[in-house]
Amino acid sequence: MRDPYRTQRIAFLLLLLATLLIVIPVGMIVVIIVQKGLPAINWQFLLDMPRQGMRAGGIFPAIIGTIYLVSGAIIFALPIGLLAAIYLSEYSKDNLLTRLIKLAIVNLAGVPSVVYGLFGLALFVVFFKFGASILSGSLTLGIMILPVIITTSREALESVPYSFREVSLSLGASKWQTIRHIVLPNAIPGILTGTILGLGRAAGETAPILFTVAAFYLPRLPDSIFDQAMALPYHLYVISTQVPNVDEKIRYGTALVLLALVLFMNLVAIIIRYKFRKKKKW
Amino acid sequence: MVKFDIKDLDIRFASAHALKQVSMEIRSNEILSVIGPSNSGKTTFLRILNRLNDLNQNFKMSGTVKLDGKDIKTIDPELLRKKVGMVFALPLPLPLSIFDNVAYGVRMHGMKNRKALAGLVEGSLKEAYLWEEVKDRLNESAFKLSGGQQQRLCIARTLAVEPEVILFDEPCSGLDPISTAKVEDAMVKLKEKYTIVLVTNNVKQAARVGDMTAFFLSGELIELDKTDKIFTAPHDKRTDGYIRGKFG
Repeated sequence: MRDPYRTQRIAFLLLLLATLLIVIPVGMIVVIIVQKGLPAINWQFLLDMPRQGMRAGGIFPAIIGTIYLVSGAIIFALPIGLLAAIYLSEYSKDNLLTRLIKLAIVNLAGVPSVVYGLFGLALFVVFFKFGASILSGSLTLGIMILPVIITTSREALESVPYSFREVSLSLGASKWQTIRHIVLPNAIPGILTGTILGLGRAAGETAPILFTVAAFYLPRLPDSIFDQAMALPYHLYVISTQVPNVDEKIRYGTALVLLALVLFMNLVAIIIRYKFRKKKKW
Repeated sequence: MVKFDIKDLDIRFASAHALKQVSMEIRSNEILSVIGPSNSGKTTFLRILNRLNDLNQNFKMSGTVKLDGKDIKTIDPELLRKKVGMVFALPLPLPLSIFDNVAYGVRMHGMKNRKALAGLVEGSLKEAYLWEEVKDRLNESAFKLSGGQQQRLCIARTLAVEPEVILFDEPCSGLDPISTAKVEDAMVKLKEKYTIVLVTNNVKQAARVGDMTAFFLSGELIELDKTDKIFTAPHDKRTDGYIRGKFG
């Protein structure tokens, strides 16, 4: 006879197993990278130029390059993304144009990152003649994270109860005043979370910067936004596959710095969300 | 004096026919109670008066609504809503402090003077019978107030804008009897200064506070008369049936 309790126990075990399976690889990645990379981390490694064909010295220019690129991407993508999200959630009517735009955003999110790289090469590097530069790379990364920013910002805006808008309008406030004073302040945590998640993605991508900015070996800091720059993910790729005899310590150390940077950004997002959620008043 | 003059008002939302050829007048300094079963068009009727229905994409109307002889379609919606305030069915404080809730409307209209704002907030809260309960904690979140207090806060917030008409959309539907009595007291006092339109599901409430009562059914205005008349000798059988609780 079938024992329903046994079936339930098996199902429960399967579900638990599946959940644990998610945790294990994440934990392993972190553990292995920390274990192998931590010995490489010291001030010299973080703040010095690479030397001896990247086999020694530090990764300072790559860290700075990544920070530049990420900041550039956000300076470009946040205002555009936020304005577009406001338009889509507050102003647009449900018509063909709106639907086309929404479809485009979804598709933009699905485009493989290497295609963004190629697109950035064609548009920014060649057509606009920005060359392989921080500007080209930032713009390319910016376009890549736009869908993330638009989607999360839209969700954040739409999660503000509709009744607040009605109340504000019923008191004689204009539509823009309503957005500015009621909707936006209550959507900020969601918008910030989306932005920081986008940043994390931008920091870690290799393909979009491959053709647009990344320097193979540039042991100095970039001196303008039209300069090339090193970047952590690309540097990791180079020292792992292109340069022979790089100490394992250095490779894992670089990976650790990149991981820490991305995790740090995610952590900031989580803290912001948590703080605002605690403050949430309805 | 006639405040609102409504002629042949006909409203559709996509395929739904919400109001059918409604014509009526609303006089100033009176409380007009609007009663009727759900889906009879009461709230739609109310939201015409401050053009809140305009927010709905599918909204279509014909006929005219005049405020003080002026077609409301020709009035800027922000200005109209300043003159015609609204209190919603549920207490809906904005996610701001008590003070900022009351000050919100006038701030949006450009008032910056702190002293004037403070005076206005105090006056409005007193008018809504809330001042004594909140005067020591004006900077607390409005969500910390009880439901009844929140609703009186919403009334104060509407009063602060100094409207001429106040629309109440089932303002006591979420309140206990004592809070309800307080809100009703406030309404009766308010009619000295304001014109009040009250949509309510509570027939007894209409009888208690209304000078005039309108009965809506399936989008039609069945009967509009003095409240005493409606509740003692209604013309229409359907009005009689509804107020006696035979359907609803």
